[in-house]
Amino acid sequence: MTAHASRAIAGESDEPGAPPPDGAGFLAGMRACLPVVVGYTGIGFAAGVVERSAGLTVAEIGLLSLILFAGAGQFITAGMYGAGNPAAGIVVTIFFVNLRHLLLSASLAPHFRREPGWRHVLIGAQLTDETFGVASAATGRGPVSGRWMLGLNMTAYVTWFLANVSGGLAGDLVSDPEVVGLDFALAAMFIGLLVLQLRSRSPLGLGLGVALIAGSLSVLGELVFSGSWNVIAATAAAATAGLVMESAGWPFGQRS
Amino acid sequence: MAVRPEVLIIILGTGLVTLLPRIVPMVLVRRLELPEVVSRWLGFVPIAVIASLLAQELLMPEGNVALPRENLQIVAGIPALITVVMTRSLIGCVVAGILTMTLLRLLL
Repeated sequence: MTAHASRAIAGESDEPGAPPPDGAGFLAGMRACLPVVVGYTGIGFAAGVVERSAGLTVAEIGLLSLILFAGAGQFITAGMYGAGNPAAGIVVTIFFVNLRHLLLSASLAPHFRREPGWRHVLIGAQLTDETFGVASAATGRGPVSGRWMLGLNMTAYVTWFLANVSGGLAGDLVSDPEVVGLDFALAAMFIGLLVLQLRSRSPLGLGLGVALIAGSLSVLGELVFSGSWNVIAATAAAATAGLVMESAGWPFGQRS
Repeated sequence: MAVRPEVLIIILGTGLVTLLPRIVPMVLVRRLELPEVVSRWLGFVPIAVIASLLAQELLMPEGNVALPRENLQIVAGIPALITVVMTRSLIGCVVAGILTMTLLRLLL
């Protein structure tokens, strides 16, 4: 593989001074966020309702969505708080639940190392599973600018906040978000993101293999050990398996 | 409408422990050159993590593995899957999924 090709794959432009290609800036990032906006509207609203029913005030819900900014984490926080768990227990649990962001961030970070320090850190600070999925799909297609990433992140951030607050306000009225199918938004978004990821990675068989291993391990892990490590462990194991399979030329004997 | 001290502690605490894993790699990567094998390993992470999360969402929405008979998630996932495979549209996928789920719940 030539040096040029490998750098292109890593997402680095070989013309540091060149203007970004059309559609690479902040607005493009916002547009790319549209599916996440739809998903976050649904989940964020549901999160707000759940948080309200757990006893949080709307101000607290707003603050939580701005500072924690994590779907799974917020649902768990609300649940634990509502059940009377002490703060220490909640914080430790959330630490493990969100530890997987370490992997996501590490995976994404190389693509933005040219960015100024503050922007680089900001990109990391707003990382979520869903925007990570969209960003990874984009970096798989070509270099992605920091401005695009900020457009993506900020749009997701604002949407999440507004959805949470709306849910919190409506919380006294809506007794069951499941009635309108909004709770499925998260799963639907993951389905879409997975398919897009598999498309952008060749060969498809390798990607599918990794996905199947990851999915099986995470479900098995959850059944046996039920806890927050499952996603991280399944991800790490599946990524390692992917590396091994790739080196062995699986599935059709080709080698990179 | 207020923010109570004990809740503020929870918000700040969970926020901090989430922020650190998010930004530490970003800071480190600027200073370190990643070996190629690490890069390739990290390249598998998106697929692996999304598949892990998805599997749990679809198969264990309530915490135990649920079969299609009780598990609407798997059923609702099919139109979503078809939509994204055919249209490559993430929005379409999410909308298809939500609509199907709403329909299923109304009919069953």
